[in-house]
Amino acid sequence: MAYNLKEVAKKPERLTGGHRLCAGCGAPVVVRQILRALKPEDHAVIGSATGCLEVSTFLYPYTAWKDSFIHNAFENSAASISGAEAAYVALKKKGKIKGETKFIAFGGDGGTYDIGLQSLSGAMERGHDMLYVCYDNGAYMNTGIQRSSATPKYADTTTSPAGKVIPGKMQWRKDLTGIMASHNLPYVCQTAAVGNMKDLYEKAEKALYTKGATFMNVLAPCPRGWIYNTPDLMEINKLAVETCFWPLYEIIDGKYIINYKPKNKLPVVEFLKKQGRFKHLFKAGNEYMIEEIQKEVDKRWEELLRLAGEA
Amino acid sequence: MAIRERLSGNEAMAVAMKQINPDVVAAFPITPSTEVPQYFSTFVANGQVDTEFVPVESEHSAMSACIGAQAAGGRAMTATSANGLALMWECLYIAACSRLPIVLACVNRTLSGPLNIHNDHSDSMGARDSGWIQLYSENCQEAYDNLLMANRIGEHPDVLLPVMVCQDGFITSHAIENIELVEDDKVKEFVGEYKPEEYLLNKDNPISVGPLDHFTHCFEHKRQQAEAMRNAKRVVLEVSAEFAKMTGRSYGLFEEYNAEGAEACVVVLNSTAGTAKYVSDQYKAQGKKVAVLKPRLYRPFPVDEIAEALSKYKAVAIMDKAESFNAAGGPLFTDVTSALYAKGVFGPKVINYIYGLGGRDVKTDDIEVVFNKTLEIAATGKVDSVFNYLGVRE
Amino acid sequence: MSCNKELKTVSPDVTWKEITKGGNIPWAGNAELFKTGDWRSMRPVWIEEKCKQCLLCYPVCPDTSILVNEEGKRVDFDFDHCKGCGVCVKVCPFKAIDFVEEK
Repeated sequence: MAYNLKEVAKKPERLTGGHRLCAGCGAPVVVRQILRALKPEDHAVIGSATGCLEVSTFLYPYTAWKDSFIHNAFENSAASISGAEAAYVALKKKGKIKGETKFIAFGGDGGTYDIGLQSLSGAMERGHDMLYVCYDNGAYMNTGIQRSSATPKYADTTTSPAGKVIPGKMQWRKDLTGIMASHNLPYVCQTAAVGNMKDLYEKAEKALYTKGATFMNVLAPCPRGWIYNTPDLMEINKLAVETCFWPLYEIIDGKYIINYKPKNKLPVVEFLKKQGRFKHLFKAGNEYMIEEIQKEVDKRWEELLRLAGEA
Repeated sequence: MAIRERLSGNEAMAVAMKQINPDVVAAFPITPSTEVPQYFSTFVANGQVDTEFVPVESEHSAMSACIGAQAAGGRAMTATSANGLALMWECLYIAACSRLPIVLACVNRTLSGPLNIHNDHSDSMGARDSGWIQLYSENCQEAYDNLLMANRIGEHPDVLLPVMVCQDGFITSHAIENIELVEDDKVKEFVGEYKPEEYLLNKDNPISVGPLDHFTHCFEHKRQQAEAMRNAKRVVLEVSAEFAKMTGRSYGLFEEYNAEGAEACVVVLNSTAGTAKYVSDQYKAQGKKVAVLKPRLYRPFPVDEIAEALSKYKAVAIMDKAESFNAAGGPLFTDVTSALYAKGVFGPKVINYIYGLGGRDVKTDDIEVVFNKTLEIAATGKVDSVFNYLGVRE
Repeated sequence: MSCNKELKTVSPDVTWKEITKGGNIPWAGNAELFKTGDWRSMRPVWIEEKCKQCLLCYPVCPDTSILVNEEGKRVDFDFDHCKGCGVCVKVCPFKAIDFVEEK
């Protein structure tokens, strides 16, 4: 059924207001849309790694989750949900559980790219019928904006500060979506909350209802850590996509499909100039940094085109 | 009619798990507990159990998956040793405070470093503050029996805490003993079904588990958890009494051996207690009386009962197969002496022996050193050294 | 998904005997009872006459404060929870949401 914003709007809300995420946070926007893709009659067991999403949505005695929710520790969201899924399989076989339950594990880039990578890889490799969603805000935001392997190069973070000698994070971002693509999964995708949310919703629907272990990497801008004008969330998302900094694509049974090719690919500087964490790139003498970033974005985009057979 | 078998400690535990038939077993191999998930996976592969076996990629994920499974509403079990237990350390605490009655077979092995695959109790002793109920087993029969009782103890509504059943790595885990098994249907009836009040898979009443819990409420949660641990002692006795009715094998909080008329007592856990009892019999035959007290329930620590039991002795030697590196004695020593003092039992002179670290063999002549010293203290009332080592080359 | 049960919470002075076991909360979505509306320093104003009900605003709200009724039409803001982030203000293509200082 084709995506219809109005129809989808009538579906039940599964993440309530009253959570403590920052005003304008990109993460709950993403979570709301993903949960919206669930069939109304399906129950969900949702896990989250320790991080902004978890501490803000389940701060005793309030929970913003209308489904079942489990938080365990920082690095084991995938392992915990894989255990819940295993229990579900066992109990369903015994006839103790009726109806469909979907399993979703959330983790920030901290709990996914770094400390949670092992448990993610293990759960995906074992092929549990679950979805792992990484909400990538590009740093360990909850603990105060420390660098992660998802932080873009030259970004200013509290453990990779832009100083006199070292101008921010010196490593390129890890390509986690690529890593997950090598796990023989039936569905892997990279998406963001753009436009009328069609890309995000449809991918969530596919990821949720494809049998087996599936993975979504979703951009989640952080007004605190990225230092941009809070109301600009959707524009930031859009610029990330239009500059090809964050391409929207899927890997379905190993086949790469690029979902959006910008007609006018914007220079990455349009994305960078909006964010305070890249402020130092605009100082005289630092032009080479922007050039480097542009080269890398182009390189990865070309590679993606090649993988999708569109080079 | 009991089933007579010849099994190693690992196999006995695996058979117990088979009979319990949990919903999920999530395990990662580590010597010497490896055989437990190995035997169990064979049961799974042959369709002898209904369990979903999750071959996780680390012990941290093993306990994480067990937490997810138990919170979801299934019965989850695992097995590990030493660094495997250490790797799941933060999850042990989380399992306990989330009140999830997971059962873990701990085949005791020394914690690294240095790397050593042999038996001592540094692993489970390292987890003694994690909030897990701990039962210790002298031999294969006890390991099997304790594991059969573990679910009933942990799942009791007054408890709802995870349980670890310990046995000595290699010494009993890999030693074949004569053992009496309980019939499958009797086990099924005894263990019963897991019926949690709240569970993630309950569509009609979804729950959130594992909050961020600030200082406004955290202390109350901890206090409640502590009360559950206190209740566990009573529940262990109740379940053990029921088990005794079913099998004829009686278990209490600890075993007291050759206590009659003895003024000296040696307190020791697990397999070494077996050796100690043997020596005690030999001594008895020579007219020398040394009792052996073998704790079974270590967490919660039965303060009243242990203090009461030891109060009649003039000299007590506590043997620890773990070094706390606290310059104040091993874990069993510190728990026992604190119990004695707390209950106002000042009579017995108490000394400590740290022994068997890294799997250093403990023979009867080593035990005799302890026995002789304890008898000497009972006779003279004089202690020349409280903190001692047994079996290390000086 | 749970049916709409009565939402409850735990009082700040609950005793250890009465507190929920293990820190579990069996009242799914009770965060609704927690009002984050007082976080606002700016407030969105819905200009109904200009609103074309395009619905581009409701999904961008991080706080589920733009609700959509059974007919698929957005209704006024949930000011109990709206934090005044202004994301919806920027997103509206018809300038049907104003952004004013909160009193």
